[in-house]
Amino acid sequence: MGTNLWSILPELVLAGTLVLVLAADLLLRGRPDRPGALTLMATLGLLGAGISLATLPGTGAFFDGLVVGDPLGRFFRGLFLVAGAMGIWFGLLSEEVPRTRFGEFVVLILAATMGTCLLVQSRNLLMIAVSLELISLPSYALAGFRRGDRLSSEAALKYVLYGAASTGLMLYGMSLLYGLAGTLDLPSLAPALGRELASGAPPVRLGLAMGGLFTLAGLAYKVSAVPFHAWAPDVYQGAPTPVTAFLSVGPKAAGVAAMIRFLSEGFGSSATGQPFFPWPVVIGLIAMATMTVGNLAALAQDNVKRLLAWSSIAHAGYLLVGVSVGTPEAIRAVALYAPVYLLMNLGAFLAVLAVRHRTGAETMAAYRGLGTRSPWIAVSLTVFLFSLTGLPPLAGFIGKFYLFAAALEVGRPFFLVLALVGVLNSVISLYYYARLVRAMFLDRGAGLPSVAAPRPVAWLLLVLAVPTLVLGLFWSPLAALASWAAGLS
Amino acid sequence: MSVGLPHLMFLSAVLLALGLYTMVTRRNAVAILMGVELVLNAGLLNLVAFSRFGRGIDGQVFGVFGVVLAAAEAVVALAIVLQVFRAMRSVDASRADRMKE
Repeated sequence: MGTNLWSILPELVLAGTLVLVLAADLLLRGRPDRPGALTLMATLGLLGAGISLATLPGTGAFFDGLVVGDPLGRFFRGLFLVAGAMGIWFGLLSEEVPRTRFGEFVVLILAATMGTCLLVQSRNLLMIAVSLELISLPSYALAGFRRGDRLSSEAALKYVLYGAASTGLMLYGMSLLYGLAGTLDLPSLAPALGRELASGAPPVRLGLAMGGLFTLAGLAYKVSAVPFHAWAPDVYQGAPTPVTAFLSVGPKAAGVAAMIRFLSEGFGSSATGQPFFPWPVVIGLIAMATMTVGNLAALAQDNVKRLLAWSSIAHAGYLLVGVSVGTPEAIRAVALYAPVYLLMNLGAFLAVLAVRHRTGAETMAAYRGLGTRSPWIAVSLTVFLFSLTGLPPLAGFIGKFYLFAAALEVGRPFFLVLALVGVLNSVISLYYYARLVRAMFLDRGAGLPSVAAPRPVAWLLLVLAVPTLVLGLFWSPLAALASWAAGLS
Repeated sequence: MSVGLPHLMFLSAVLLALGLYTMVTRRNAVAILMGVELVLNAGLLNLVAFSRFGRGIDGQVFGVFGVVLAAAEAVVALAIVLQVFRAMRSVDASRADRMKE
């Protein structure tokens, strides 16, 4: 039992921090420095979780195989701790999170972060379901965090209705898989399903297809993959900007990582022979649809937050290319793309947050002439947007290069088409990202107020923009880390 | 005639279909949540039935967890519906359309 508890030490630290923040929130009631103090506590807690993550002993299965300690899980847990810290700092810098309820905000972000950390190491259907709910429930509350605001309430309603429906479907799918295999354990699912399939009865195939697809639907909803994306634009637009930034990186990356584990361990990967159910093709088709729908819809947007929402749907599609290919090289590409995506997407949302802070607007018109009104925000936002497009020499280019190269390496026509669709989509995305850049530098913003970024925002933009630039030129340390996560080194 | 696994699976499939039908056709947010509850319980019934008919104890454990998950989800969902009612004076999900492009 001792080693079992050690294996989830970072999550225990997070849980402890969560309780302490709740208590401190009560004790510091009425003090003007309460949000800052709570942020400091949460940051120290996340740091402590990070340190305990780095010093974790050993790998292997813990809690009777409920969770697994492996490099992939460790890599993503580190990433989620960063995403949680960023979410809390963004909340401190934004006026959209009411100061009086800041403690609740911190607690909800910490709970969702704990859920993402548990999801990525889950190796059991029950554990996947519980971790997903631990992410979802705080996320629903966060989306509706601005109580009086109609858009925020609408966002929360849509999120919870779509979310509850997909959870229900996922549980039904899991029940069918359990009925077929007689186990909830992912590693023993694959051989048990193989034995059942060998018996050749048609209902087994139907049950397997339904169970697999329904369970996948629950995870696809979390990463906002087409056709389970309908909630994402409204939720991302209506939720407070710090929440949008957090939801678009942490839970999304967790869903992708959980999909990798669920599919390759539960259904057999193409790397280790024939999978029982043609999931590489299913995920590949979903990836193509997600990239294309996300990018085409983003073309027509005038609200920058909504534009970034559609763009983050498209980016889920790029990540799913790696999931579909499924080779260790592809998993390395996903592990490389996830932190790069975290940097550039958080940076773009931080710029939106800063502009909204000063002008109260999110439309394209508010960005006109930003190059002269606030060069700092404009230049860093340009870096993030071009990185999201995948232009060299920025980090986004390296991420996409690894992803599409992994698809091409397999050498099958389907994956060739998949990579081609990905490249075409990057070209489409250049149009709407560049439209925003044009509005900032070529349009005149006569009469619009100056939006000089507050000093903490400016620093945080720098912290996010510098690695986006540097990783585009000098990516070998990150690539080495990603190789370790994918088990390649 | 005794009740066997096929009967229970059929019942759960009927529950799933009714739940899906409710979610798709209703516009009242509370009614949609009732549909969700049917779908959730279809899955739980399946789990417990499979567990009863020789698939080990895991399904029953999952069933207990599932009940808790469904309850937690209902609490959050109803709180949000209440907040929407305060903001819009209505729980009609089809009227939550301020953000259409």
